[in-house]
Amino acid sequence: MCITANNRSPAIEVFNLTKIYGRGNTEVVAMKDVNLRVAEGEVIALLGPSGAGKSTLLTAMGLINPPTSGRIIIGGMPVLDGPRPLVDLRSFRRHHLGFVFQKANLIPFLNAAQNVQVALEINDVPPRPARHRALELLDYLGVADRANNLPEALSGGQQQRVAVARALANEPELILADEPTAALDSHRGRQVMELFRKVAHERGAGVIVVTHDQRALDVFDRTLEMEDGQLKDGHP
Amino acid sequence: MNLAAQDIRHNLGRFALTAVGIGLLLMIVLGMRGIYRGMIDDALVVVDRIGADLWVVQRGTRGPFAEISRLPANLEHRLRAVPGVASARSFVSHNVQREHIGKPLRMNVHGLAWPEDKGQWVNLIAGRPLARAHYEMIADASLGLALGEKLVLGKDTYTAVGVTKGMVSSGGDGIAFFTVQDAQAIQFDLAGEAIRMERAARVQRAVGQDIGRVQPLLLELGGGLSSGIPALGPPMVSAITVRLAEGSDAGWVADTIAAWPDVSVHTRDGQVQLLVHGMIDKARRQLGLFSTLLVIISTIIMALILYTLTLDKIHDIAMLKLMGARNSMIAGLILQQALLLGALGFGIAWYLGGWIFPKFPRRVLVAPDDLWGLAGVVLIISVLSSLLGIWKAMRVEPNKVLS
Repeated sequence: MCITANNRSPAIEVFNLTKIYGRGNTEVVAMKDVNLRVAEGEVIALLGPSGAGKSTLLTAMGLINPPTSGRIIIGGMPVLDGPRPLVDLRSFRRHHLGFVFQKANLIPFLNAAQNVQVALEINDVPPRPARHRALELLDYLGVADRANNLPEALSGGQQQRVAVARALANEPELILADEPTAALDSHRGRQVMELFRKVAHERGAGVIVVTHDQRALDVFDRTLEMEDGQLKDGHP
Repeated sequence: MNLAAQDIRHNLGRFALTAVGIGLLLMIVLGMRGIYRGMIDDALVVVDRIGADLWVVQRGTRGPFAEISRLPANLEHRLRAVPGVASARSFVSHNVQREHIGKPLRMNVHGLAWPEDKGQWVNLIAGRPLARAHYEMIADASLGLALGEKLVLGKDTYTAVGVTKGMVSSGGDGIAFFTVQDAQAIQFDLAGEAIRMERAARVQRAVGQDIGRVQPLLLELGGGLSSGIPALGPPMVSAITVRLAEGSDAGWVADTIAAWPDVSVHTRDGQVQLLVHGMIDKARRQLGLFSTLLVIISTIIMALILYTLTLDKIHDIAMLKLMGARNSMIAGLILQQALLLGALGFGIAWYLGGWIFPKFPRRVLVAPDDLWGLAGVVLIISVLSSLLGIWKAMRVEPNKVLS
């Protein structure tokens, strides 16, 4: 088992991850030889200008945009060898990954509790315990009083909290967040970042947050920067 | 948690309007079938109620329901003499359209073989069967004649002594029952001048023939009433209905009568087949084609609506896939909505049809078989119409959530 510097098991490890779009004259290298290791309970920020390859890396790690080459290991299990899946990706995402995006992407016809509950039911949790757990998570994230509200009745910050609750529902090893505070004011943005830290430290999930927001970097355990498809410091 | 139900609850107005639209289309499909069934029922009501075993008609014709058939009324006496025949009665049926209280009144005049047949077999909802040989009638309720109401037909006035229900001709006109003599009087009613001219012409025809020369009395009779010269102008009827004696061989009796050179014989089933496959066959095919078109249109509309509903949810479907939702869950969401839409449409069709169909001018008869049949059709079109949406949903990639 791979052990990180602080002696915690790795939530994710990526080796020589490369993503090339197009072929020949239209070939674009979006990400090149990226190596990264994030420990359980660690929260890291992934910075970089637009087009640096942050989202490409994040979606590759989220198993929704396979790399051209390289390997991905999540929770100690090899899941991708280049573009070739080594496991059922959809099932793996269901059990091991959580996602938060710039937009909360809540399902508009489900209320806050149901948006969390559906993630659990997808994972075969029966409706009653799923409902119970969803309410627990909303309470944990401070939006229990909005449990029965539809997304359209929630503020941006509240929607993101519900999205975080949904990402946490199945106790994933890894949470991937793509600019989750971009649509929020600085105060609410910081609240969400602190939430990720809380989740990582209290629940032991590895959290990778792609962000442009420089004001809340003190919240993160580690900050990585990408440029031209490569991690700047060059090592995990 | 049922995602389909939650989505519907969120888009209730749109879903309800769609269901009403589908329901109205399905109601028309049901109505088409009901009209067809009503036509058959109307067409067969007289054949069924009269209960004749054989229909004796003009030679070479297919009976009064298919074409004009004319027979001498006295044929019934010949028929009674055939072994195995229990009874034979004249059948007279024709349509008339007259004005009554300023409105057109169209009816099917049906002659009852008085005095044997007073219309006891007619299902009366008010009044009584005929009690006199002339000037009485039993009217179907659809004619709008009240008990005791008088109606002038030809030179005579008839009183509605009985009211029946559901007795209509294959054309949908209400039936009015008279004695055969009255029915013929109505049918052959001529203006006085026309009668005078016909009498004169009759005398002239007789003068020019041997019979007129050898029987001068005929010339005198020829200038008088038609009934006074039965040999020259026997009263004509449309058919003679025959009932067989119990235990008699129907085939033998039919063959015996059919051997006569002046008549043709049809069994009851033969008459039914003539009605169903002859007279109303084109209407049946037309209604069938129209129903088929409506089913296809309903399927296309449902498919487009479900496809649009799916397109509206593409982002949500991508999110569900990102979270790891199985294809069966997503397909189930669309299929359940399609089935619910179909079920609601069917329910609306059933309910509205039950309310509206009785107000139609012609009978719309919806049988349980038709309802089950439509339910099966709805099930099939619901599944078919969901396929396009499911196909679209299956092609959605989880990374669509990023766009």
